[in-house]
Amino acid sequence: MATTAIPHEPVARTEHQELPFIRKYIFATDHKIIGIQFLIMSLLFLFVGGLLAMMIRWQLGFPETPMPGGTVLPETMAPGGILLPEFYNSLVTMHGTLMVFFAIMPLLVGVFGNYLIPLKIGAPDMAFPRLNMWSFWIAVPAGILMLAGFFVEGGHAAAGWTAYAPLSAKGEFSGVFAGQQLWLLSLAVLGLSSILGATNYITTIVNLRAPGMTWFRLPLSIWSLFITAILVLLAIPILSGAAIMLFFDQTIGTHFFDPTAGGQPLLWQHLFWYFGHPEVYILILPAMGMVSDIIANGSRKPLFGYHSMIYALIAIAFLGWIVWGHHMFQSGMNPTLGMGFMVTTMLIAVPSAIKVFNWMGTMWRGNIRFHVPMLHAVSFVAMFVIGGLSGIFMASTPVDIYIHDTYFIVAHIHYVLFGGSLFALFGAITFWYPKMFGRMMNVFWGRVHWFLTFVFFNLTFFPMHNLGVGGHMRRLYDPSEYEFLQPLAGTNRFITVSALLLFTVQIIFALNFVISLFKGKRAPENPWDDNGLEWTVPSPPPHGNFVTTPTVYRPPYEFSSPLVEEDHLPQDRDLGQKTDPASAPGTG
Amino acid sequence: MSWMLPPSASTFAGDIDFLYYLILVITGVAFVVVEVGLIWFIIKYRSRPGRKAYYTHGSVRAEFIWTAIPAVTVVAIGILSAPVWTHVKGRFSAPADALIYRVTAKQFEWNFTHPGLDGTLDTDDDFTIRNRLHVPVNRPVLVRLVSEDVIHSFFVPAFRVKQDVVPGLNTQVWFEATRTGEFELGCAELCGLGHYRMRAMVTVHDADDYERWLASRATTTALR
Amino acid sequence: MAHAAFMESPRDRELGAGVYNEKLGIWVFLGSEVMFFTALIGSYIILRFANPGAFAAPGEVLNIGLTAVNTFLLICSSVTMVKAFAAVHDGDQRQLKLYLVATVLMGAAFVGVQIYEYAHLLHDGFGPGGIREGSHLAERAAAGELSLGTPDPATAGIYGSTFFTMTGFHGFHVTMGVICMTYVTIKAFRGKYSATDHRGVEVIGLYWHFVDLVWIILFTIVYLI
Repeated sequence: MATTAIPHEPVARTEHQELPFIRKYIFATDHKIIGIQFLIMSLLFLFVGGLLAMMIRWQLGFPETPMPGGTVLPETMAPGGILLPEFYNSLVTMHGTLMVFFAIMPLLVGVFGNYLIPLKIGAPDMAFPRLNMWSFWIAVPAGILMLAGFFVEGGHAAAGWTAYAPLSAKGEFSGVFAGQQLWLLSLAVLGLSSILGATNYITTIVNLRAPGMTWFRLPLSIWSLFITAILVLLAIPILSGAAIMLFFDQTIGTHFFDPTAGGQPLLWQHLFWYFGHPEVYILILPAMGMVSDIIANGSRKPLFGYHSMIYALIAIAFLGWIVWGHHMFQSGMNPTLGMGFMVTTMLIAVPSAIKVFNWMGTMWRGNIRFHVPMLHAVSFVAMFVIGGLSGIFMASTPVDIYIHDTYFIVAHIHYVLFGGSLFALFGAITFWYPKMFGRMMNVFWGRVHWFLTFVFFNLTFFPMHNLGVGGHMRRLYDPSEYEFLQPLAGTNRFITVSALLLFTVQIIFALNFVISLFKGKRAPENPWDDNGLEWTVPSPPPHGNFVTTPTVYRPPYEFSSPLVEEDHLPQDRDLGQKTDPASAPGTG
Repeated sequence: MSWMLPPSASTFAGDIDFLYYLILVITGVAFVVVEVGLIWFIIKYRSRPGRKAYYTHGSVRAEFIWTAIPAVTVVAIGILSAPVWTHVKGRFSAPADALIYRVTAKQFEWNFTHPGLDGTLDTDDDFTIRNRLHVPVNRPVLVRLVSEDVIHSFFVPAFRVKQDVVPGLNTQVWFEATRTGEFELGCAELCGLGHYRMRAMVTVHDADDYERWLASRATTTALR
Repeated sequence: MAHAAFMESPRDRELGAGVYNEKLGIWVFLGSEVMFFTALIGSYIILRFANPGAFAAPGEVLNIGLTAVNTFLLICSSVTMVKAFAAVHDGDQRQLKLYLVATVLMGAAFVGVQIYEYAHLLHDGFGPGGIREGSHLAERAAAGELSLGTPDPATAGIYGSTFFTMTGFHGFHVTMGVICMTYVTIKAFRGKYSATDHRGVEVIGLYWHFVDLVWIILFTIVYLI
């Protein structure tokens, strides 16, 4: 410790001074409040993104039929309730953008990164609480900029969430001017917020772990957030740089992506996907981590292969940097490069498979409790498998020729992002809700919500594979233009009905979330009999989290340990002279 | 709702469809194994009073097995895919005797420049038709792709070909039709508000019919 | 072997990075900055290889002499930054203030020269869109005085795009650095730093050296090659 001459000042350690409302809940520096702020913001964006998806689905299922309630939209979007093609393109673009950047990513990283990291490593707060506050209050204007695009002349960005240049670079091509510029500005601003957040997470996890909380005693959720933070830190600036170049192309007349003056359209794709593939893992790794926590808890067993789970995370994060070309197999990129990207992409299936089998190994011979978080976590595994397996089709370059840019891809990404990340998030929200708000969510309605979501999710997205196999292209305003797609109209209608139901049943979750805030059963300190440090403090924990810094004695998943009567053994319980049998070599 | 690929009409379909069905079978087996396993565990190891879970931290042998099997499988798929990819998309994979066409894509139409009676592009008898491509059957066809504005994507589902058309970049794609008839061609890359109607028809003629069509085409052009 | 971690005695505390939070934080943040400039410089390299004729020979459009002086200024400011840190480390408040002020002034001068350079280039007809039609530079290009590989300067827009974006973003970073450095200097004048606690000085110093390093790379690839 000699080198760390300056101690990190514990923030508001034991003295629980009363802060004014605005400092406590608005410009808060407490990581827990910031996490909840992110939660509220990103759930709102999740709702808006879902609403946009419903409009997309309506158009695909019932083209030329006025959308119910569509007449509230202005003439420039949906005259007479029928969507215009330009508005449809904006919907497609903004659904993707909002879900990726303003819903799933902040839910995983902003909410649980903030909420869990200090609590789970035994720290009073983040390393830089004020920077943390800034990272939220920079994200808010980014969100406002992004929403503002809907209200400007020419409509919102309409070049897809991937914003391929030159369509996105020149207003003449898309009819969109200010909307696309707001879109780019918003992402650049949001990028700054993410980078500040990631800097904070990494510093906190490296420097503020409690005594005894060694690297290999960190829960998987923290490991995954740590690796994710590194990916955010290194990937987001690439997007920022690319977004700024594209913004300059539109505003000050540069020619980065303009082929008529020496620019390169493919350069945008390379930059975007060099950021974009690590981004894909940013969107799934924290989900994997939190699911690991929940499955070990639900199964009442130590996580199967804890170390290999960590190595698999690292392998995925590393390989994620050298697979970006698999988004560009048909783009005109050198086909020999395509071969290399196919190999790296195939390899990434291996650590993913390790994770799935280890989750199953955790459940094997367990004593499984089906609390609502566990239902969602098991669904995550079941759905992630489908998303992972469908990825193999695209990884095989020849099959990708046919599958690329069809609904097969749409099905794949939704199995990973909704079936994967969002199920994990429902699990995580229900799991840590008692800690966040001091109340339990209703179990019955939680189960109903899980069941209906699981059913309608599959009815919505599974048939999309079949659309893709039938050759159905993405981002088509009206598929009935093509004769060969007309037989698929029935499938499209079926998907639309399922999607509407899927969206509707989310009301149950929203109501359960809000009503439980006020009417829920008071949550005890440790409602799930878990081992993590966050369960040793009151629900919700006070400012500063721990009265005295906890000491950690063991790994995070010591469920059903023979050392104790009960089936869990918290990380900070001092068993005195008794030694862990696990420490004897050769076991396990 | 079918997992079957639509009817094919080019020489690529054999290889690509085989790979597709192979992967479908492999992933199908993996899917069933994992999902059945999950359901089995859920039922068998559900919580029962008075029971404690089996305390273990893992098994190196088990993990080795389930690392090795997926690794071998995906590498095998990669090895099988590589030659097909080279055959379809390799830089110099198009046969030397291929008939060469030029496609000029722009928002939101395809302009097909046919090589004409002499079978060579950039000669006087070339002619360009909007949204219609005529090719002979059983003869390799190489299409040079040019875009005048944004990125489009040349997609003929029945031929199993797809290639982005990038402004400022000379991409190309080749295929050999195996059946006569009419096939739809679409744009597979979002290219603006008319993307959904950027559609064309490919007519595959048998050799004699193609000659006749070219001849009649030549007379109408001469008359004009 | 996998259980080595379990065998540690409970009270073992793994050291963090062995440095205080602010120092670790700035290193992590600089990692992000590296990736940002990698995106810009990488794009430049790709675009330059794709359009060799779009870039004029060194010194034809850009003023190497002026920028060399500016580069020297920035390197000197890194030296004074080191001196400032050494001073505060030894508890020498007078020298700390002196060297911080020198660093701020040289940083500001760098930005000033860059603004002058921009104004001059824009006046000559060299902007982010390339060489402006009808401008002085366009005339020189038409007269064959520039070694552009293309007769039509309009297709050489990429030269101006990359130049202004890269140097502009670097200038933005220097400006941010000058602002933060001014803040640190004010704190230094109020006696907030001592031989035992001078985190602010060290952190801003690390950032400053990074910005300096980026400039040396940019100067080389944009002006000299």
